[in-house]
Amino acid sequence: MTARELLAGGLRIEAHKQRSTKAPIRAASLVERYVIPLDQHSGLPAVPLVKPADRVRMWQPIAQPAPGISAWLHAPVSGEVIAIEPRPAPHRMGAPTLSIVIANDGRDERFDNAAAIVSFEQISPNEACEHIARGGIVGLGGAAFPTANKLESSLCENGPQLLLNGAECEPYISCDEVLMRERAEDIVFGARALLHALCSPNCTIAIEDDVPEAQAALRQAVDKAADPRVRIKVVPAIYPAGGERQLIATVFDAEVPHDGLPADIGVVCQNVGTAAAIARWIRDGQPLVSRIVTVTGDGVREAGNWETRIGTPFSSLIADCGGYTERMSRLIMGGSMMGTSLSHDDLPVVKATNCIIAASALDLQPRGLEMPCIRCGNCSQVCPAFLLPQQLHWYLQPFDGGQLARHGLLDCIECGCCDYVCPSQIPLVERFREAKPLLTRELDAHLSAHAARARFLARNERLARLEAEHRAKLAEKRRPKNEPTS
Amino acid sequence: MITALVTIVVLAALAGVASVATAGAPREISLADRIDALLPQTQCRRCTFEGCRPYAEAIARGAADINQCPPGGERTAKALAGLMGVEPKPVGKEFGVVPDHPAVAFIEEDACIGCTKCIQACPVDAIVGASRHMHTVIAADCTGCELCIPPCPVDCIVMRPAPAVAR
Repeated sequence: MTARELLAGGLRIEAHKQRSTKAPIRAASLVERYVIPLDQHSGLPAVPLVKPADRVRMWQPIAQPAPGISAWLHAPVSGEVIAIEPRPAPHRMGAPTLSIVIANDGRDERFDNAAAIVSFEQISPNEACEHIARGGIVGLGGAAFPTANKLESSLCENGPQLLLNGAECEPYISCDEVLMRERAEDIVFGARALLHALCSPNCTIAIEDDVPEAQAALRQAVDKAADPRVRIKVVPAIYPAGGERQLIATVFDAEVPHDGLPADIGVVCQNVGTAAAIARWIRDGQPLVSRIVTVTGDGVREAGNWETRIGTPFSSLIADCGGYTERMSRLIMGGSMMGTSLSHDDLPVVKATNCIIAASALDLQPRGLEMPCIRCGNCSQVCPAFLLPQQLHWYLQPFDGGQLARHGLLDCIECGCCDYVCPSQIPLVERFREAKPLLTRELDAHLSAHAARARFLARNERLARLEAEHRAKLAEKRRPKNEPTS
Repeated sequence: MITALVTIVVLAALAGVASVATAGAPREISLADRIDALLPQTQCRRCTFEGCRPYAEAIARGAADINQCPPGGERTAKALAGLMGVEPKPVGKEFGVVPDHPAVAFIEEDACIGCTKCIQACPVDAIVGASRHMHTVIAADCTGCELCIPPCPVDCIVMRPAPAVAR
């Protein structure tokens, strides 16, 4: 199959990135208190290693991963732990979650982790995975999946192909673009470390065709590294080109099974920001305590990209941008298509915070009144996951689990293309997002009912067999001894 | 008139041939199978039958109503009504209360004397243990039927909220 047949839908939408890419990356101002949520990565919350009143140094580990999928957390500044308590978190849509609060003493005293700096070619791939885990590295594309867990589950005999995702397709977000422009060498260094950790034969860095400066910088860095395993692939800027499955289809002409992972077809996909974070950890000993955050939108005076320490409140970043304009109407974390709306800005930057949009009514038109579905089918034409959103919407009222499962609700990537084109302004993705856990629960209940039935039938069969054996034995005993046995 | 009669006779003959032809084919899905697929498989016997399958068979032959399954609750009653083509109705009070949350049995292990009575009562083999050794419930396999509670001589089995399914 060709890539054309594997790709469907998508939208060409205005990128809105010029506003935030005019200035180079700047360092965000330091604040007095940093709030570090323990559950800011996918998987299980980390377990604190410090307690209130402890002194911590910058880059010191402050929480270790729980068994299973989890990640390390490090102190972004030196100072004192003043509390471990629930605090509102952006990835929980403002709901409180257990967090470590550190009071900054302003001295930035470094934790001695000289041992962290390693020459990655000297250590075995397994050690490299473990080492990456100790740096608290998680996927910086938005899902914050612990990188080491992803690498460990992707190890295969000949080594998977590595794909670095620099296709930052969502409007407004530009943190990866400026990273590629200014720190392309970090990305290439991280790519080579990842190649080693995965025993991978080659690395493809995917980049969109509408970011020429980033392409040029990346090409220069790749040429300088002179590593024949690393290549660059330019992909068309069609939203959502940077979706993991869509990008793999574009680059490798291969489809990830709907119930599988990229590793099943021998591909591992990492964000370019993750590669750069790995480079900083392996080369400089700096764990993941800061990231680039795009702050943009018509609602702030001066948009830009900020190197921000994890735990910095959004309000401080907004102040760095000169504050809100009078047109400010909505605060969003993430891009305009998939981001989540937040009610206030007293929330800390977490590892997954790639972008903060202070949107005015010019940026995002308020959604109109929802009208009935007119079955126009526009949504199914733009769906990049080959789904029929109009049918999913139909089977949501009332909820029909069997049909929703058959129509692939769980394969929805929540990209928002269907919402964008819907003439009736139906908030389709929101509905799908709410329905997914219900459907998962229903499918789980179905599976466990099936298992219970099998055990019930097996038990009945066993009891019947034992009963029959018992009767046979009794009959044997009752038979007179002299009778010949047949 | 005659044409119509001939048509009916021919159709009837064809139907007869068809039914003979399908007799040798693999067992088709019976009504009882389809009812059984809608039941929660708790095997709790609150419907007064010896398990979900016997209840399904009873509904199929018209010996039981569709509102006798408390663990299935309103959803199951509705689905059964849909399948049987009857008016939906709430679960009968005489069969027990509809639980708010799924629960599983838990053995307080300090109190367990190892009598094996609960193991014999469990309809889905979800309790492990041996005579005069402590027993325990495999929470993932427990359907929450509560059949293990009455036989326990030391009352060491309690119902607890079912653990969340790990994904």
